[in-house]
Amino acid sequence: MGDVARGLTPPNHPEEVRSGIAVAKDRRQTKSKYTADRNIPGAFEGETVTRRRFMTTTTHAAGAIAASAFALPALGFALGPVFEKVERRWEAVGPTSDFGPDTYVPKVFTETYGIGDVGKTTVYVRQHNEEIDGPQKDEYDGYIAISTKCMHLGCPVRFVPASERFICPCHGGVYDFQGKRTGGPPVRPLDRFYTRVRDGQVEIGPRFSVNSELRRFSPRYPGEPLDGIGQYLYPSRPTARKL
Amino acid sequence: MKLKLPAPPLPPSFKPQPRRPGEKELGPAGTAKEAGISAVDWLDERTSLSGAARWVMFRKVPKGTNWFYTLGSATMFAFLSQAVTGVFLAMYYRPSAAEAYESVRYITNEAFLGEFVRGMHKWGSTVMVILVFLHMGRTYFFGAYKYPRELNWVVGAVLLVLTMLMSFTGYLLPFDQKSYWATIVGVNINGTGPLVGPYLNDFLLAGPDFGATTLSRFYAIHMMLVPGLIAALIGAHLYLVAKLGTTAPPWLKAEKDPELRKESA
Repeated sequence: MGDVARGLTPPNHPEEVRSGIAVAKDRRQTKSKYTADRNIPGAFEGETVTRRRFMTTTTHAAGAIAASAFALPALGFALGPVFEKVERRWEAVGPTSDFGPDTYVPKVFTETYGIGDVGKTTVYVRQHNEEIDGPQKDEYDGYIAISTKCMHLGCPVRFVPASERFICPCHGGVYDFQGKRTGGPPVRPLDRFYTRVRDGQVEIGPRFSVNSELRRFSPRYPGEPLDGIGQYLYPSRPTARKL
Repeated sequence: MKLKLPAPPLPPSFKPQPRRPGEKELGPAGTAKEAGISAVDWLDERTSLSGAARWVMFRKVPKGTNWFYTLGSATMFAFLSQAVTGVFLAMYYRPSAAEAYESVRYITNEAFLGEFVRGMHKWGSTVMVILVFLHMGRTYFFGAYKYPRELNWVVGAVLLVLTMLMSFTGYLLPFDQKSYWATIVGVNINGTGPLVGPYLNDFLLAGPDFGATTLSRFYAIHMMLVPGLIAALIGAHLYLVAKLGTTAPPWLKAEKDPELRKESA
């Protein structure tokens, strides 16, 4: 709008009278990119950015650099653990003679280090049973270690030998002998741990999650289903991968 | 004297009389009497704060303003109480998995007035949440969220979410069984958000599980990050209240112009 309106400005417009008609008209109508052509006082030859504009841009850039100099490292510092894989140790829970194929034995081991008793968790261990579990999948499948973390919201479940069920006290989740959900709100079977035998001792390794067919997945949080679209809605995380 | 405040409603004999023409200058007693006002004057001459103070405090309020309009201030004072007691609790609290429970036990059982200050903070948090909802209900039922106050409703909604975040992060800090399991359950509810949930959980817990830095992370969020945001947003909330004014209650009808009334009759 500006240029047309300015072109129509009557010649006796007070502003033009004040600054001289020729100069004022020139300054407004020239669209040259050179500041010298636009009659800006003290312009260099070939200069295209006014010094006012240069100063403004430099000040903003300096401010942005100064702000990101502390904000970006601070953000990275807070977000760092999201991208860092946490290594798991193998923990011995007892000699192979402790565990039979027909019932679970509860064992306590340290899953997370550095927080004392809080990092300890109960795990239910039994020998692999071909009649129930089918053929052994690999070397980490010789003993079945079931996590006590309920797959509804993470409360600790308890194995009841009389009914051969895992039962959660919080919201009534029920799992069968293999840890598959049979009732209540949980969305997938109980998590498991890799197991191996070293020097006659059963050792518990990293956790993994399973879907309703007991296929292995990297560990997921409770409440995240793994059947159908679930495995894509709740993707694997860099902090906890499969073995 | 530049600072002009409305005169307090005193009986005439108590009202300060201006100096008569001919009367002598202020003696030491008179100067002492004026000391307060001259200190305020000194400050006002250099900051011009009196204008802003008058703008905030001496606003016109609509007819029908009642006790329900105090719920917002009540919420703010609940927040201030939480802030003050929280700062003092932080003097004794140690945010590490090994020491947190013991330090809270010390505050509750041994520190002088510790049980009282912790009680203020604990019950005050519930009071604050209740007041927030009452304030929100008042705004809703009085229609005070309508044009031009929508932005203030949005700011208030963000403040509600931040208050909930304060309740959630603060719940872990005593680090007893109830705190721990409530936090596990709360974090896992958060994790059920599709796509972002699992990563958000890793951020909250500082790893794939409840770990060594989870407690200190909750502590930092609880006492630095969120209170700062809440304080800033309360400032914005109050600015908008002062700027836009308050609404009349919905049962109050606008008075008809007497001219119009005459014509319709």
